[in-house]
Amino acid sequence: MEIDPFIFRLSIFILSIFIGYFVVWSVTPSLHTPLMSVTNAISSVIIVGAIIASFSSIDGNSISFSNILGFIAVTLAAINIFGGFLVTQRMLQMYKKKEKKNK
Amino acid sequence: MSANLSSVLFLITGILFILALRGLSSPETSRMGNFFGITGMILAIVISILSVDIFFSNLIYFIIALSIGGIIGGIIAFKIPMTAMPQLVAGFHSLVGLAAVLVAVSAYYSPDSFGLGIFQNIKTASIIEMGLGVSIGAITFTGSIIAFMKLQGLMSGSPITFPGQHYLNAVLGILIISLIGYLIVNQSTQVFWMLIIASLLIGFLIIIPIGGADMPVVISMLNSYSGWAAAGIGFTLENTALIITGALVGSSGAILSYIMCKGMNRSFLNVILGGFGTDSVSSNTKEKTEQKPVKSGNAEDAAFLMKNASSVIIVPGYGMAVAQAQHALREMVDKLKKNEVKVSYAIHPVAGRMPGHMNVLLAEANVPYDEVFELDDINNNFANTDVAYVIGANDVTNPVAKTDPKSPIYGMPVLDVEKCKSVLFVKRSMSPGYAGVDNELFYRDNTLMLFADAKKMTEDIVKHLD
Repeated sequence: MEIDPFIFRLSIFILSIFIGYFVVWSVTPSLHTPLMSVTNAISSVIIVGAIIASFSSIDGNSISFSNILGFIAVTLAAINIFGGFLVTQRMLQMYKKKEKKNK
Repeated sequence: MSANLSSVLFLITGILFILALRGLSSPETSRMGNFFGITGMILAIVISILSVDIFFSNLIYFIIALSIGGIIGGIIAFKIPMTAMPQLVAGFHSLVGLAAVLVAVSAYYSPDSFGLGIFQNIKTASIIEMGLGVSIGAITFTGSIIAFMKLQGLMSGSPITFPGQHYLNAVLGILIISLIGYLIVNQSTQVFWMLIIASLLIGFLIIIPIGGADMPVVISMLNSYSGWAAAGIGFTLENTALIITGALVGSSGAILSYIMCKGMNRSFLNVILGGFGTDSVSSNTKEKTEQKPVKSGNAEDAAFLMKNASSVIIVPGYGMAVAQAQHALREMVDKLKKNEVKVSYAIHPVAGRMPGHMNVLLAEANVPYDEVFELDDINNNFANTDVAYVIGANDVTNPVAKTDPKSPIYGMPVLDVEKCKSVLFVKRSMSPGYAGVDNELFYRDNTLMLFADAKKMTEDIVKHLD
């Protein structure tokens, strides 16, 4: 009997939860805020769906309702992607080690 | 691009995202991690564009949409003050939620473009996944908006409760599950939109009863939801990158919620049911406040004590951030270091308004991260420290949490500041903290209260250290 492709996706999903669990526990508590902003940025990979929606066409060239939703979703995801990664970068730049005593 | 090739490339995207999170295990590797994250995202966008049939008219709109979003995001990222990070993250979560809803609606109306079947005759598995994705997305959207408004002060931070609230939520929850089930047999637009509306409503209702100081849990929880929403859409679109990312983000948010709950010694259910902090301070604690003697001092006393100490631990809380005292604090520490005083910072897990918030605020004030310690790492050091400087923190230092089983904060992990030789406690008044519990520390013999604004007091101490 053939295995439903859904089972494969479910396997990837479950294994990824485990990876996430172990990786996130190893994140140092002092970086929990950047962790939140970066997870926020990467969850905007939903832009993949927004791109499909933006270019879905039913009858050739006219812009459909789905396209408009796609464009809005692209805008929202883009805010998140740029905002999320840049603010994370900005925060990470602030984390500095103790300077050597040579003032 | 062939479907197999794009799948493999999406898998690489997923791996790059895992590496991005892995990088955060230490500040040195974190910037590299962020670079991996950005690479993964660019890869994902490029693969998607190459996988769809691009036609010119929509390409223009797509580029406009991407640019507008990019510019807005960029401006926000550079302008946002670090104290406002919690509301920024909450706001960003709402965008992920809304984007998930829009993608799902789009897929519902033109499923053929997504390879899911035809309108109102979508594959059974896909419609269930779509229903779950749209529902979690909608909950994330409205829930995050409420969290954003509470954090931004656009809405009162106090819990909003009404009779029958939990029943209403339960009814809505059952309705949502039933509607998702009903979509299998009837894919009509009415059912689909009813599902969206019910989900938007429950997102709003589950966040309003949660008090302002429980926001660290709420933001983490919504972080988790935004991940599950992405995963739901990932299943619908049969996209590996989205499934992996959704799972990563979902578990990350769940772990952070757990850490925050543990930091407050509250169960997750207790936070979600809400209403904490509504009980007014019981009258007998107020009486006690009036009866017990309190020692208070001024900046000069504090400066003298710290200058002559050999070690000082700073205990910052959210009040420090509100007073914008972190830069003055750093100046004070610099002066102390010149006097050969050993200074370190002790951070409680729930010291800020979101996980790790206090660390970012200190990092912004140029405090080196290797002087900043978490509760478990520093708690044993208080006993052999001369002075603890508590600034803007309250409940997290209350010894009652260890001694009085009747106290509402009993069992919460606290910083053992009372073990220091002397405690300097900067506070505007004797009012109890968020939990409404009187802090026993105020009346200890070794405590000196410094009644003033955190920033002003710290600046005054700096002057007296010269």
